[in-house]
Amino acid sequence: MVTLTIDGREVRAEEGKVLLEVARDNRIDIPALCQHDSVAAYGACRLCMVEISRKGREKLVASCLYPAEEGLVVKTDSPRVIHVRRTVTELLLARCPDSEVLQDLARKLGIERPRFSLEEGNHKCILCALCTRACEQVVGASAISLANRGTARQMATPFHAFSEACIACGTCAEICPTRAIDINDVGDTRIIVMPNVTMEFKLKQCSVCGSYWAPERQLEHIIRQAGLPDNAFDKCPDCRD
Amino acid sequence: MSEQATRISEKVSAILDKYRHEEGMLVSILQDIQAEYNHLPKDALVEVSRRLGIPLTQVYSVATFFKAFSLTPRGRHSIHVCLGTACHVRGAVRVLDEVERELGIKAGETTADLKYTLERVNCVGACALGPIVIVDDQFSGEMTIDKVKPMLTSYD
Ligand code: SF4
Ligand code: FES
Ligand code: FES
Repeated sequence: MVTLTIDGREVRAEEGKVLLEVARDNRIDIPALCQHDSVAAYGACRLCMVEISRKGREKLVASCLYPAEEGLVVKTDSPRVIHVRRTVTELLLARCPDSEVLQDLARKLGIERPRFSLEEGNHKCILCALCTRACEQVVGASAISLANRGTARQMATPFHAFSEACIACGTCAEICPTRAIDINDVGDTRIIVMPNVTMEFKLKQCSVCGSYWAPERQLEHIIRQAGLPDNAFDKCPDCRD
Repeated sequence: MSEQATRISEKVSAILDKYRHEEGMLVSILQDIQAEYNHLPKDALVEVSRRLGIPLTQVYSVATFFKAFSLTPRGRHSIHVCLGTACHVRGAVRVLDEVERELGIKAGETTADLKYTLERVNCVGACALGPIVIVDDQFSGEMTIDKVKPMLTSYD
């Protein structure tokens, strides 16, 4: 355990635990969009910046990545922190003016309208890579990734085409902090609308009640992973005994 | 498999053998493929992913990250027009306009006959000789609009 100071409060924390978590444990709220407990930290959104001082030097660090150290002095609401937090929010909102999540955050920070010109033809993706990390680290499918670089960077499937590795599980839509991915089940089809591609998947029909209850590819994936018999999912959960 | 796909598959095989199927050599592998085809054919990338056992998304991310790689066929010759500060103030924009007009393409594009790919760069370290145009490895300094056409017709 180490002792550190956050916003003037002395707190104890496990050594190496990241500052964002330590703050949360102590009910100090730091906005963070690209952090999720189920995947490794990535430091993409830069909303969680805090100020630390060590040996009399102050600097800004991403709290989702910076580990707790003995004697560290952390500020989560200094003028400098508020300033970067607002600037980052303005930049993200300028990129994704349609995102309700960013609009709410901006309102909370007292931002009426970003200083920067708003991007057009807009989608809601902030390039945080939560979807791609979850697809790789949680689902094990690696069906999507971030492609290109610089201003052309985007979340994409290979060649913007149907991704053969996708099992249509919907984890990406679930984890996306700005709800940039839509999933709709229509009849026997699941339609996944991503920022740069739309994909359709067959849903499996229950042999008893006839309802379409899960994507065929997802069920095949589970059967492969768990070594279940081919007919393991012929019936939907409601019709199984 | 189509005949072309078979040929690509054999080529990729040879390149992968050269790098002992090492995943860490992905960039070098893609460089060799780029050198062979002047771009990265989709079939080749799919093959690399399959043979190395790494996700296609990973290959695609790397292939689209570096400027040295292109997913569409590039011209036999590359033209780089420098638009760095020094070249800019000496009229590089007009030179670029002229090249674009002569070739009928914009910077970043390739001519339909696959002869030229046109690119803009920002300073190549020869500022005193600006405006600079580089065709393949050949540097031309003090470029003017008048020199553009003769330069372009000197290649085949
Ligand atoms: S789609 Fe959502 S989760 Fe994926 S990179 Fe964009 S904002 Fe992040
Ligand atoms: S939560 Fe730390 S950079 Fe996004
Ligand atoms: S600006 Fe063109 S070579 Fe430096």
